[in-house]
Amino acid sequence: MLRFLGFRLLRAAITIVMVVSFAFVVLRLSGDPAQIIMGADAPPEAIAAFRRAWGLEEPLWLQYLRYFGAIFSGDLGRSMRDGREAIALVAERIPATLALTIPALLIKLGIGIPAGITAALHRNSLVDRAVMVLAVAGFTVPSFVLGLLLVLVFAVQLGWLPSGGQESWRHAILPIVTMGVGGAAVLARFTRSAMLEVLGQPYIRTASAKGVPWRAVVWGHALPNAAIPTVTIIGFMVGSLIAGAVVVESVFSWPGVGRLLVVAVANRDLAVVQCILLLVAATMVAANLVVDLLYGALDPRLRQRAG
Amino acid sequence: MSEPLVAIRGLAVDFGGAPALRGIDLAIAPGEALGLVGESGCGKSVTWLAALGLLPGRARVSGSVRLAGEEILGAAPAVLDRVRGGRVAMIFQDPASSLNPVHRIGRQVAEALGLHRGLRGVAARAEARRLLDQVGIPDAGRRLDAYPHELSGGQNQRVMIAMALAGQPELLVADEPTTALDVTIQAQILELLGALRRETGMALVLISHDLGVVAETCERVAVMYAGRIVEEARVARLFAAPTHPYTQGLLGALPPLDGPRRPLSAIPGSVPEPNGMPPGCAFAPRCPHAAAACALGVPEAVAVEPDHAAACLRAVRELLPA
Ligand SMILES: Nc1ncnc2c1ncn2[C@@H]1O[C@H](COP(=O)(O)OP(=O)(O)OP(=O)(O)O)[C@@H](O)[C@H]1O
Ligand SMILES: [Mg+2]
Repeated sequence: MLRFLGFRLLRAAITIVMVVSFAFVVLRLSGDPAQIIMGADAPPEAIAAFRRAWGLEEPLWLQYLRYFGAIFSGDLGRSMRDGREAIALVAERIPATLALTIPALLIKLGIGIPAGITAALHRNSLVDRAVMVLAVAGFTVPSFVLGLLLVLVFAVQLGWLPSGGQESWRHAILPIVTMGVGGAAVLARFTRSAMLEVLGQPYIRTASAKGVPWRAVVWGHALPNAAIPTVTIIGFMVGSLIAGAVVVESVFSWPGVGRLLVVAVANRDLAVVQCILLLVAATMVAANLVVDLLYGALDPRLRQRAG
Repeated sequence: MSEPLVAIRGLAVDFGGAPALRGIDLAIAPGEALGLVGESGCGKSVTWLAALGLLPGRARVSGSVRLAGEEILGAAPAVLDRVRGGRVAMIFQDPASSLNPVHRIGRQVAEALGLHRGLRGVAARAEARRLLDQVGIPDAGRRLDAYPHELSGGQNQRVMIAMALAGQPELLVADEPTTALDVTIQAQILELLGALRRETGMALVLISHDLGVVAETCERVAVMYAGRIVEEARVARLFAAPTHPYTQGLLGALPPLDGPRRPLSAIPGSVPEPNGMPPGCAFAPRCPHAAAACALGVPEAVAVEPDHAAACLRAVRELLPA
């Protein structure tokens, strides 16, 4: 078990380093922060001074080493725009993002899983078809289209809800629904196929053949097995609690981490972008780690291999 | 035969236009051992899955299945749940995938004990342990806490048998219980089934490809072909005087008694597809004795002797005065 954990942690660390390195290189090759932040018509001396101040005139590898040195001493750098600590800038946006993504996650779980199970249990029925049509629709329509559609109907036409901003809880409804619907669709499809796969297994027939009532077959024999593949996708959803709202936050002008990321990338505000990516990678990796542990808890076959 | 334990009459199963069973008549007496043989796909498994209501919803089932006189085909779920495992238990071909991978062995056996004998907790565990002992699993107390993947195929099949015994059934249907196992293990499992039948007095239906296996374990044999029973007799009689050309073919394909077993495959041609049944006798296209009359109608089973029936026109003709 310890070796398993150690191995996973090492892999997690490597993943994070790779994400951050990749971002580091791409950001610096795709535009000059000094030009962008100072403006195209800034005097060359000012730009040169900016470069010197932020260490941008040094060779890339030296910047890279310096950056990682700083990370390991806990310094994630400062925003080039207002000089504040990047970590503080990001941290103050996290609650706003979670205010959207956590309720959205609850919607995904609360609707997606029961819908998928119901569809599988009544395969080819009207219910199944309805769920599948909705799921395919929810899955194929991109979230910005769905978001705009909801704005059009509920904000513009009906005037029931605001179209953007963060003044009250009512502002959160449309973005939460936008995210929740898409995720619920994905989860419903996934749960349905996991459940169908399990229901076709010989051990389900065995349970029925020994006289277990159908409800108990579903709850006691099918669901614990269907949970195993479903946990993967739920883990992925938990992992994107921080990063998953970029599009929706932009559509609804919601001041969360996602919008901060968009603005920071546009500005080549290196420290802020990297700080966010680091955070995103860390959440993803943490969620993956939890999924791996859950696998072990759910599936005795994996427990043994891991131990 | 006195009142049969199970009486199947006219059992037919259709999977959306493809008939899998075309009228099965079969009776099992209390405590007897019946072998059900036939090539792959002839409907051996479907017969018993249909009888116990275990086929998927799209299967259309008709006919009658009586258990001690009481109709169970299409019975209410609550009735069926008490029959399954409690009066008629069934074990399957692939023991490894027939046990739930995420539950411990003991729990799976105890579940049946709870359903059919009201045992829970410590009492259920003690009885589960006794059952594992009875089916010959060494170190039964520790094995209760094992998962199926931690046991061998043969041991898993023993667990399946223990689970089947848990409800003290009057009939055990063993659907090719040894096909997935090594030869030495096969013999052990068959021996176990025979011994358990003697100890408990339950009836046994042994489904198999292998007439040799059936001959060793059973008293009576029913031979199936393409969704029908084509011949039925006591074992010795069937081996001595097979009447249906299909049975004769099967026996011809049987290796000498001391030789190695092999699947029944020496009859030329292959089983017709369910949706491509020939008119009349389904075996006619492969039959060395086929005549024009064979294509005219499906032959009914006739008694060529007491306790020996065959569904072949030649059998009928032999009975008629010349
Ligand atoms: N769930 C199902 N859906 C559709 N067709 C089925 C189903 N189960 C069985 N069949 C068909 O019914 C026929 C009889 O199948 P069955 O499993 O009873 O054969 P079997 O005699 O047990 O063969 P085997 O020796 O291979 O187990 C086959 O043609 C098979 O394709
Ligand atoms: Mg079969």
